[in-house]
Amino acid sequence: MINTFNHRQSAHCESGVTANLLSHHGLAMSEAMAFGIGAGLLFGYFPFIRINKLPLATFRTAPGNIFKKVAGHLGIHVTRHTFTDQNRAMAELDRYLDEGVPVGLQTGVYWLPYFPPALRFHFNAHNLVVFGREGDSYHISDPVFGETVTCSAADLTRARFAQGALAPKGKMYCISHIPTNIDLAPAIVSSIREVCRVMVKIPFPLLGTRGIRYLAGQMEQWPARFGERKAILYLGHIIRMQEEIGTGGGGFRFIYAAFLQEAAAVLGDSRYLDISTRMTDIGDRWRDFAVAGARHCKGRAGENDSFADLAGILRDCADKETALFRDLYGLTKS
Amino acid sequence: MLKEEVPQDKELFGDQSGICYALDANGRYVLAEFSGWEPANIANSQAWEAISLEVADILAEIRAGKRSPLAYHMVANQMDEKLLAEYTGLFRWQVRRHLRPGPFNGISAKLRGRYASLFSITAEELGAIPDTTALARLQTAKLRSKE
Repeated sequence: MINTFNHRQSAHCESGVTANLLSHHGLAMSEAMAFGIGAGLLFGYFPFIRINKLPLATFRTAPGNIFKKVAGHLGIHVTRHTFTDQNRAMAELDRYLDEGVPVGLQTGVYWLPYFPPALRFHFNAHNLVVFGREGDSYHISDPVFGETVTCSAADLTRARFAQGALAPKGKMYCISHIPTNIDLAPAIVSSIREVCRVMVKIPFPLLGTRGIRYLAGQMEQWPARFGERKAILYLGHIIRMQEEIGTGGGGFRFIYAAFLQEAAAVLGDSRYLDISTRMTDIGDRWRDFAVAGARHCKGRAGENDSFADLAGILRDCADKETALFRDLYGLTKS
Repeated sequence: MLKEEVPQDKELFGDQSGICYALDANGRYVLAEFSGWEPANIANSQAWEAISLEVADILAEIRAGKRSPLAYHMVANQMDEKLLAEYTGLFRWQVRRHLRPGPFNGISAKLRGRYASLFSITAEELGAIPDTTALARLQTAKLRSKE
């Protein structure tokens, strides 16, 4: 059976799935709000974790966290399952669909046939919603795409049991209960505080603005340590994490700025609007980094595009973000 | 970024488009349709070039008799020994062995089928030494999304 599901395209898969599922269950929410309450913003650079043999840089929290935190902050009940048996995983999915419940899935992008070929890499933390089944064909609301799509049972099974880093193990989740009279304000404040804490308070050198500075320091050494060719591959990888898909631009900074605007309206505090404007400027600065970095990757580096200059842009981002998150943290206390 | 400045450099999404966040004339955030951005496209092509180079190297090794055809399907599917072992449920040393021509020719029809179904090909295709067009095919598959 095919249930009705209001598909809305969004920038990022997990916040899109969260917002769409909540809206389906009667709690209208924008993607930016889901991203904000899910405390999705982050920076982390973990050179000892490798993705396609390249060091991991991330602009968002670990997969699954946004949904988990939104549910936690708003007191929403969630059912989650992972599986070892593929047949059971599909049978359980079918059972929920027959009951008319849309189900969120974690999948590996490489096996989803409707994905554009240029984006088919082994990335295992892609979220989507299945809302119906017609024989062998599953109806899917994949928030990254403009329209709903369909996928065969065989392909969907493969995607759900993709292997490697962040293997989904057939993970599925759905909303079982939403309390009435939800007040967004306290959830917004505490999620903002969480983001501020990770970005500036935790004294761990690879996280938050400290992580950005650490990356800047490492980046300066790449050409000497690894040679120009490998240094460029490393650089390209950072740009992909920042811009390629699902970040809404500027490594999620624009989504977060949009969230801060909505937060200002909910909290009735215009000071959040100023912070949002500053966040937008920081997002633009990250994009300057991507532009200069991409010139470098293409071998068209200008005079001011050396690795030291690129590191300079990153340090500028780090300085501005440090000041911003300190001020934002202050706002949540007053 | 203003809504009017949202880049439309088509490539990654094929004929589809994505969403990004941009400001309207009143400084409010809106969802803006965008079809791609040149710096992101460059970084993406770079990743694909790295894959093509790896495939080209492997093809040369296969033709020189140093590797089995399985090595081609492994790298063409962006896998390494570890990932391939996880997908097939074999040990890494077994996979590593099958990447050599001699042991590969000796593997059972059942195991051959296991590898073939993972790559969605037939057992004959798995055993055939990929010809020179293999690399070209891989690149066209990628290019198709640009049209």
